[in-house]
Amino acid sequence: MAAILEVRNLVKKYGDFAAVKGITFDIAEGEIFSLLGPNGAGKTTTISVLSTLYAPSGGEAFVAGHSVAREAMAVRNLIGVVPQELALYDELSGRENLVFWGKMYGLRRKVLKTRVEEVLEQVGLSDKARQRVKTYSGGMKRRINIGVGLLHKPRLLFMDEPTVGIDPQSRRAILDSVKDLNRQGMSVLYTTHYMEEAQELSHRVGIMDHGELIALGSQKELTQQVGQNDTLILDIDENQSGAGLAAAVRSLAGVIRADVTNHTVAVTAPEAEQIMVAVITAANALGVKIHSVRIQEPDLEAVFLSLTGRGLRD
Amino acid sequence: MRKLLLIAFKDFRLVARDRAALVLMLLAPFLLTLGLGAVTGRFSGASASGISRIPVVLANLDRGPLGSDLVAVLRSDELHDLVDPTLSDDLAAARSIVDANKAVALIVIPAGFTDSVIPPQGQAAPAAAAPIELYANPTAPTSVGVVKTVLDRFASQVEVGRVAGQVAVTQLLASGRIRMQDTSSIGLAAGVQEANAAEQESVITLSSVTPSGRAVPFDVLAVLAPGMALMFLMYTASNGSRTILTERNHGTLPRLVVSPTRTWQILGGKMIGIYLTGVVQMFVLIFGMALLFRIQWGDSYAVQALVLAAVFGAVGWGMIVAALAKTPGQVNAVGTAIMLTFGILGGTFVDSSRLPAWFRTLTKVTPNAWGVEGFTTLALGGGLRDVVTPIFALLVMGLVLFALALLLIRRRGLADY
Repeated sequence: MAAILEVRNLVKKYGDFAAVKGITFDIAEGEIFSLLGPNGAGKTTTISVLSTLYAPSGGEAFVAGHSVAREAMAVRNLIGVVPQELALYDELSGRENLVFWGKMYGLRRKVLKTRVEEVLEQVGLSDKARQRVKTYSGGMKRRINIGVGLLHKPRLLFMDEPTVGIDPQSRRAILDSVKDLNRQGMSVLYTTHYMEEAQELSHRVGIMDHGELIALGSQKELTQQVGQNDTLILDIDENQSGAGLAAAVRSLAGVIRADVTNHTVAVTAPEAEQIMVAVITAANALGVKIHSVRIQEPDLEAVFLSLTGRGLRD
Repeated sequence: MRKLLLIAFKDFRLVARDRAALVLMLLAPFLLTLGLGAVTGRFSGASASGISRIPVVLANLDRGPLGSDLVAVLRSDELHDLVDPTLSDDLAAARSIVDANKAVALIVIPAGFTDSVIPPQGQAAPAAAAPIELYANPTAPTSVGVVKTVLDRFASQVEVGRVAGQVAVTQLLASGRIRMQDTSSIGLAAGVQEANAAEQESVITLSSVTPSGRAVPFDVLAVLAPGMALMFLMYTASNGSRTILTERNHGTLPRLVVSPTRTWQILGGKMIGIYLTGVVQMFVLIFGMALLFRIQWGDSYAVQALVLAAVFGAVGWGMIVAALAKTPGQVNAVGTAIMLTFGILGGTFVDSSRLPAWFRTLTKVTPNAWGVEGFTTLALGGGLRDVVTPIFALLVMGLVLFALALLLIRRRGLADY
């Protein structure tokens, strides 16, 4: 299938600081692609460059064959953007916001009117359309924020962490609407630091950390990178160091690796249950106090942990 | 063009829903103008000028005809509507009346005033005439100014008469047509005759005569109200330009940037929105003040042209502030400072004609100064031709400032704003 988005060695620097360090990936038409990574990974900067808000410092990117650097207006007509920050006029009503942004995207008269009503229905705010946005709850504002991005039926929709800070019910509605949009043929670049969102929505996932794309593929492909291994995660006392425990655990049979981050020791092994007793015994012998133990089965969080030694939300 | 107007009308609508902004744009200038009207007596006097029946106390210590003449002038029918004199022999009591704000001034005609101007027979003329003392109430500068003008005019007539009398006596004495002992009486008679002949008009009226010769009644509010309106226009200009930065903070500016809209359309739309808001504000104030305060603004076409130019100049300043500021808070602070400073420089609070020449030149960087000049000219009967200079200056000001602001914003990058 043809790529709706092609990114080649994209770089974005702010002064000497490189927020995006040469990332490469494609999104096929009709695909939901997630960029998964912790805060500060460079996801928002990537979307900012691809949406033509900022010019790239290096590399190239094309939306349906149009360069984001040289053909910005053509790109803007093809894309929709749902920014992480709410970008609405609080003193205008939901409908007034949609009408204004619809007109900015070239919609007129009957087409605009019809489309506004459709989007209000889609985001479930038809009965609140006449109220000013400042009276909306956080979830409602997020939904209207998404609605603005959909008005002109873009071929590629950028959604930058659209569920941050909202209630589970609204979050559920947003995830369902993303899947709906995709069923209607819209391609989506979705950024998040919630692994479960990336797992639920995406055909493929790119994992970002410190400006680099450290893994790329379907969930199955990514988890296979870490094998079928479990990860035993121990949270230890904050006044103690886990380095000694990690060193002791590495020598246990069945342990593939042991990493320490702050006050967490992560032990990777084929079957975590089998090594749990030995690890706890080692901790007791060293006088390390354990606050909690959990087993993480292979998922994107485990992939991230395996690749970086840190959790997504550390 | 469509997107320019879309953005402009969106901004106008947002301002119209901002109660705090509406209070500062409309209510505050109305209230301040109302206050000025009350202070100047504009609403209490029968005269539209706001200056009528000025209470003064007279103490005539002179026993000669000139002292009596001054009293007669102040009590004449011609000045009946302007001054309300009260005679007093007690200087201390008279000063107390002024100090108690029951009179704006005490005029003391000193003893020997007539003799100091027209020396008695056999006496030499003193080096200078005995001065008329004006003990003024500092809280009524306008009224005191009027009284002083009347006194100045009288003193001028007296001087004319004195000089004429001296010349006549000298010539007659030299020709032998009069004797030395007759010089005093003849000099006095000649002086009075010359002074009366020199008097073009004994009526002191507050009016202006336009270049076409048409006289219009003076209205103090027609001079003060434009200053108020223009000062709060500067608030509108800076408040409007502040929205560029608040939109950045709220995310709507980046959203505008990534929509199929060019940078010049976004900035042009913002500027048109501010301009539209300023124009509506000015016309609401002008119409409202005409209705409520009966202010005659003058030639309607000229007023409209002046308003359009004044707003353009003000918006230019607003855009410069936005181009240089980094946060909405900075725009707020600088905008408020500019509003007050330009108000002072432009003549809202102080009559700049009394200030040094270099200061008057400095005021020309403000739209307030040009606007007040133009509105005053129109209120005093001027027409469109009489305000071409202020209109041109305001348009040039707006054009230069907007171009500079655009350059600064584009260099910074709208997305990085």
